[in-house]
Amino acid sequence: MSLNTKDIDKLCELARLAIRADEVADVSAKLSDIVALVDQLQSADTDGVPPMAHPLDRSQRLRADVVAEADERELFQENAPLVERGLYLVPKVID
Amino acid sequence: MHDNTLALTARALRAGDFSSLELTKHCLERIGRFDGALNAFVSVTDDRALAQAAAADRRIAAGDATALTGVPIAHKDIFCTAGVRTSCGSRMLDNFIAPYDATVVERLDAAGAITLGKTNMDEFAMGSSNETSFYGAVLNPWDHDAVPGGSSGGSAAAVAARLVPGATGTDTGGSIRQPAALSGITGLKPTYGRVSRYGMIAFASSLDQAGTLTRTAEDAALLLEAMAGFDSRDSTSLDEPVPAYSQAIEEPLEALTIGVPENFFDEGLDAGNAAAVTAALGELEKLGATLKRIRLDNVHLSVPAYYVVAPAEASSNLSRYDGVRYGYRSPEAMNDDLNAFYKLNRGEGFGAEVRRRILIGAWVLSTGYYDAYYLKAQKVRQLISRDFTSAFEEVDIVAGPTTPTPAFGLGQKTGDPVQMYLNDIYTIGANLAGLPAMSVPCGFSGGLPVGLQLIGPHLSEARLLQTAHHFQRATDWHVRVPPGYD
Repeated sequence: MSLNTKDIDKLCELARLAIRADEVADVSAKLSDIVALVDQLQSADTDGVPPMAHPLDRSQRLRADVVAEADERELFQENAPLVERGLYLVPKVID
Repeated sequence: MHDNTLALTARALRAGDFSSLELTKHCLERIGRFDGALNAFVSVTDDRALAQAAAADRRIAAGDATALTGVPIAHKDIFCTAGVRTSCGSRMLDNFIAPYDATVVERLDAAGAITLGKTNMDEFAMGSSNETSFYGAVLNPWDHDAVPGGSSGGSAAAVAARLVPGATGTDTGGSIRQPAALSGITGLKPTYGRVSRYGMIAFASSLDQAGTLTRTAEDAALLLEAMAGFDSRDSTSLDEPVPAYSQAIEEPLEALTIGVPENFFDEGLDAGNAAAVTAALGELEKLGATLKRIRLDNVHLSVPAYYVVAPAEASSNLSRYDGVRYGYRSPEAMNDDLNAFYKLNRGEGFGAEVRRRILIGAWVLSTGYYDAYYLKAQKVRQLISRDFTSAFEEVDIVAGPTTPTPAFGLGQKTGDPVQMYLNDIYTIGANLAGLPAMSVPCGFSGGLPVGLQLIGPHLSEARLLQTAHHFQRATDWHVRVPPGYD
């Protein structure tokens, strides 16, 4: 199958990713090539094969639910584009 | 000084042949001389390196040195380095100063290694040519019109050009082995979970693994010994003891059975690469190995399976880049609503290849396609993994080519993502199955280096390194220097 410009619009919405109007045709063509590549998977007989999520077939390790990290808000906020009184600023969400 | 391997450098430092400060200044001078053209480094951390070198010299004088104390290295710019820009090759993180060290960085620092700088890479490690970097392409030291491979292309070029004796890298689908092969050096991707992923910027978390780019297997053993081991801060870190790799490689090579996958030598393989790899297999036979033809029946599906699994994980991992807490924020972003804000920051902050992978990932995970693509790919991943498990019941290691061709020209494949993806046709299987694998220089095709790939069962790094070390004692491909860099 291939992905048309409507599909690309939907994916851009799902992924929160803006693509310029003049780029959509190229993105659509290249994604369709990739879809053609991954469509080769359909040729495999996978009846009864369990999906593999972890390469070593191990389960997630658990740890005690205790505080392990110190509060370093000020250090981390040095990387923030816009902060005010310790808060991260974004466009207004609620009037 | 720069022509010493990492192991010889370490010995010379402890013998007092030269100081770490002299060596570090020499390496920085070579970076200054050659890197304007090569573009292997994104950041050179001169002041920090000189301070570290002075401290290393004091440590050596006090008799408190480890095998790596005073040895210069470079880190792929995917590893967080406290107080230093960590860009991941992306405009998104061009202004990101890491607030902490990755475990890999912390451990190598503690061993006394000197960080010369951060190396260039494909954006978010997505690429096989180092051409998707926000900071521009890296040139191959063997041919300035060719790519060094990727995504750890800066690390590979820096080591091949003798700017630094060793560097770190990461390998999600071949990103250490493929550039090592194309640049004529030794690359090691350890078992999934062997080296901590903490502080290593995530691409595809079930595949990502940190490793080494060096001139020799002996050098890789030294670096891995310092990097590997359990880390409670990485939830998939393996809690297994770390062998003394640098000692294990010196043991005599036992009578190995080496599996040679027939389907790694199909029509897609360049004739020069095939000849070099076949000759290398003959060399391993001379060292006492028995070759056995095997088949990995599902390996032709590894690229399609990878291009579902990896983008799916990437679309999730990269959702954290929203321009709120760190990273790129568009100058226009505050003018619109929150949804448009996210879309603009991400659309402008990510390059074309990263955007493609995020969109493919979103698509294979979306309603109506999840079972047909994502779940199907995870089942095929199981089949590929089982092929290797069956093979390792009959053979000790699997050997074949690392790449289908030698280094290709700059710009030759950038217009066709699928052609670019097929560079990793022989390397991706080891990532899907979580296996350790290496690339070792084994000859030339058309004047460009060729890599021999060795793949082993889980946690068989010692055996892979030992095999590669004995191969390098019997051959001299790994000591060849790109013209102009001697």
